Amino acid sequence: MLDCLDKKIIAVLQGDFPLVAEPYAVLAARIGISEQELLDRLNKYRQSGQLRKMGAVLKHREVGYAANALCAWIVPESRLPEAGRLMSGFRAVTHCYARIPQANWPYNFYTMLHAHTREECRALAAELAQTAGLDRYILLFSTREWKKTSMSYFPEYVQGE
Amino acid sequence: MLTHFDKKLLNVIQTKLPLESRPFARVAELLNVDEKTVLERLNYLKEQGYIRRFGAFFDSAYLGYVSTLAAAKVRTEKVADVAKAINAYPGVTHNYEREGEYNLWFTLLTPNQAEQDRILESIRILEGVEGLLSLPAIEKYKVSVEFNL
Repeated sequence: MLDCLDKKIIAVLQGDFPLVAEPYAVLAARIGISEQELLDRLNKYRQSGQLRKMGAVLKHREVGYAANALCAWIVPESRLPEAGRLMSGFRAVTHCYARIPQANWPYNFYTMLHAHTREECRALAAELAQTAGLDRYILLFSTREWKKTSMSYFPEYVQGE
Repeated sequence: MLTHFDKKLLNVIQTKLPLESRPFARVAELLNVDEKTVLERLNYLKEQGYIRRFGAFFDSAYLGYVSTLAAAKVRTEKVADVAKAINAYPGVTHNYEREGEYNLWFTLLTPNQAEQDRILESIRILEGVEGLLSLPAIEKYKVSVEFNL
């Protein structure tokens, strides 16, 4: 269970990360704890899986990955784990989930594909299909980004800052 | 334009910033430069817009949040209005217009299921929305947004 201090740490870490020599000391001061206590807690979150990553996420368009497609698949339920394992192995697959389908929407498996061009996305989907032995899928190319942001977890813990 | 050094730096910095007092000194060691060079270049790359976000990325489910991927079928002339209304919810972190029958795809994170239901219901009744899918995950196989430059 997360205590109040955990929630405050997580909330503060959603904010600006200082690109300075001792960033954790700066963040710890914002939270009101010692640098060591912050590092200990962050290590704990990393071990428990709560902290997925510490580092940079790039703007994919700016670094040359201009095409992105959500690829929706129809996968027999018994083959979901195998499809997940096989497709996750591709670096160009950034997200891979099994999802609950709906009556008018039979797709139950989703891969997010990033590539330089649409043609590359199509070729990649074909390669994934062949690798996993699946042939029922659609590529949903994005035409406009309306929002892309990071979640602010526990915002009530940073009120007034 | 990204220099050769920038690409090496971005490749390293995407994967793992050490959890220790001087993390950028460690990164500098890996790249055979000094800490100051790493920090100056990172600040520059962030200002130039190559870095979307720097810092900690948490797993929403491990923090107790409920998530779903939703797709709305929206009449073309109403897409902008509906997109703006959807974006107003802080728990909507991604919202993309896509080709196909369902043309707005967004992710929604909420502290609980009741809040998710309430927000989806309020989106379902927006003018121009002709259908709404909610596709909660049953298994996550991979989340790793890293690009090899």
